[in-house]
Amino acid sequence: MDALLAVPAGRVSRVRCQALEARSEFLRLLRAPSFAVPTLLFPPMFYLLFAIVLSHGHGGFQPGVYLLATYGVFGVMSPGLFGFGITVATDRENGWLTFKRALPMPPGAYLASKLMMAMLFATLIFTLLAVLATTLGGVRLPARAWLLLLATDIAGVLPFCAIGLFIGSALRAQSAMAVGNLIYLPMSFLSGLWIPLEGLPPVLRTIAPVWPAWHLGRIALADVGQAPGEAVWPHVAALLAVTLLFLALARRRLVRG
Amino acid sequence: MPVSPPIVAALSGASRRYGPSIALDGVDLAVRRGELLALLGPNGAGKSTAIALCLGLLAPDAGEARLFGQPPRELAPRRRVGVMLQQAGIPDALQVRELLAQTRACYPAPRSAEECVRLAGLEGLEKRRYGRLSGGQQRRVQFALAICGNPELLFLDEPTTGLDVGARESLWLTIRAMVAGGCAVVLTTHYLEEAEALADRVVVLARGRIVASGSVAQIRSRVVQRRIRCITALDPACIGAWPEVRSVCRDGERLDIVTDEAEAVVRQLLFEDAALTELEVRRAGLAEAFAEITREAA
Repeated sequence: MDALLAVPAGRVSRVRCQALEARSEFLRLLRAPSFAVPTLLFPPMFYLLFAIVLSHGHGGFQPGVYLLATYGVFGVMSPGLFGFGITVATDRENGWLTFKRALPMPPGAYLASKLMMAMLFATLIFTLLAVLATTLGGVRLPARAWLLLLATDIAGVLPFCAIGLFIGSALRAQSAMAVGNLIYLPMSFLSGLWIPLEGLPPVLRTIAPVWPAWHLGRIALADVGQAPGEAVWPHVAALLAVTLLFLALARRRLVRG
Repeated sequence: MPVSPPIVAALSGASRRYGPSIALDGVDLAVRRGELLALLGPNGAGKSTAIALCLGLLAPDAGEARLFGQPPRELAPRRRVGVMLQQAGIPDALQVRELLAQTRACYPAPRSAEECVRLAGLEGLEKRRYGRLSGGQQRRVQFALAICGNPELLFLDEPTTGLDVGARESLWLTIRAMVAGGCAVVLTTHYLEEAEALADRVVVLARGRIVASGSVAQIRSRVVQRRIRCITALDPACIGAWPEVRSVCRDGERLDIVTDEAEAVVRQLLFEDAALTELEVRRAGLAEAFAEITREAA
């Protein structure tokens, strides 16, 4: 009986297991044109159009810098809302999640791999926008601003991953897609990611603090000096609260099965 | 006295409800090293629930589940287990070799990817995306993922559904070789000839309870019926009226007679029809036994 209970020889590398898991999640979405094309193409395309081709700055407002920050935020919302939301819903629906739970995978590796996938997409989107901004857009920023913006974009996937996880835990894949779009596009607009809220009806500015994308947008704008005199920590606190709230809601649904 | 091999998976007094319906009702089950246990039963009998409890996918409402003597939600016992579920849900976009690499990385001493490919008969398909494989090929990928961790215990839920005859038999060969190597296998199947061909022991579930358990021969012998086939000029309605005969039906030019007392019926048949030909007497197969046992339990 002792021999039976002994752990077999050889060790499992958690890092390797996690890395391969994340790679699969990334490849899976990269090979899904309905996800990869809009996610990787829309932010640079909009940036090219509105920040470079049709740009007209005035006063302190520099479209090339402003939109670099806000299209980055627009971009990093997608892997969270869709990458997380739809794949979790799909995995639940067709049995992949059950198989993963049966495998001896370290607890948390399933969600961590999806989070890493979202962060990888965020880095790609940041890089695409940064290349466009520095070449065609002629944007020049201090190194510190670039690093802060990259960090904001990467960490910024968290609240949207939490929202996506909740959607994926509550809905079927088809509905998750629809709800994702219903949140994604209106929230981007209402958070001033496409057009600064200053140019829109004042009521939109009043309700803006409701949207997590607005808070992330303000942090990104502060990173690149487009939100002078604004404290960043209330936005960080708001995003943390959103993340924890949706994680808790998703956990409740997933535990119930 | 021979020492029986150690128990690798066990349910004791395990019950599980889904809302008001009882999926599993106080089941005791022990799987020993190196045995192939076939779990049979009609749909909804509790087979998949029993497997889910063994794997820790569900927690029992009462009783307990053990894998290698430990709670199944622990990582250590599941590192010694391979799984093929009925519904795999493998992402279409991933290639066979990517799926293997990812799954092998969860295990401490996995089989080489080449060996998995060979054992599952997937040569030449390593770079193919899962979604571009045929149904039978997909089933074989699921089998490859189940055995890639070099498991000591293998759960196979309907493994050969959707496979053609050749693929099914080569899978049987692989399963037999694994059992010969000391691996325990828990198999559920709709194909009773599969259980008959592979199983050391059969457990029949109905309505969440174990209604029969034993070797294939023991299960078969629970059914005393035998089947007599022959070509005869006698009137089937007359034969049907004999007290020992349970049923008679015509199958082409042959008669098919089911009885509990084959010797008496054969004697009478030969007595009444000297010209009778093509006489055959067959014991009930697992399929008949299974039908009988589950009918009794219903």
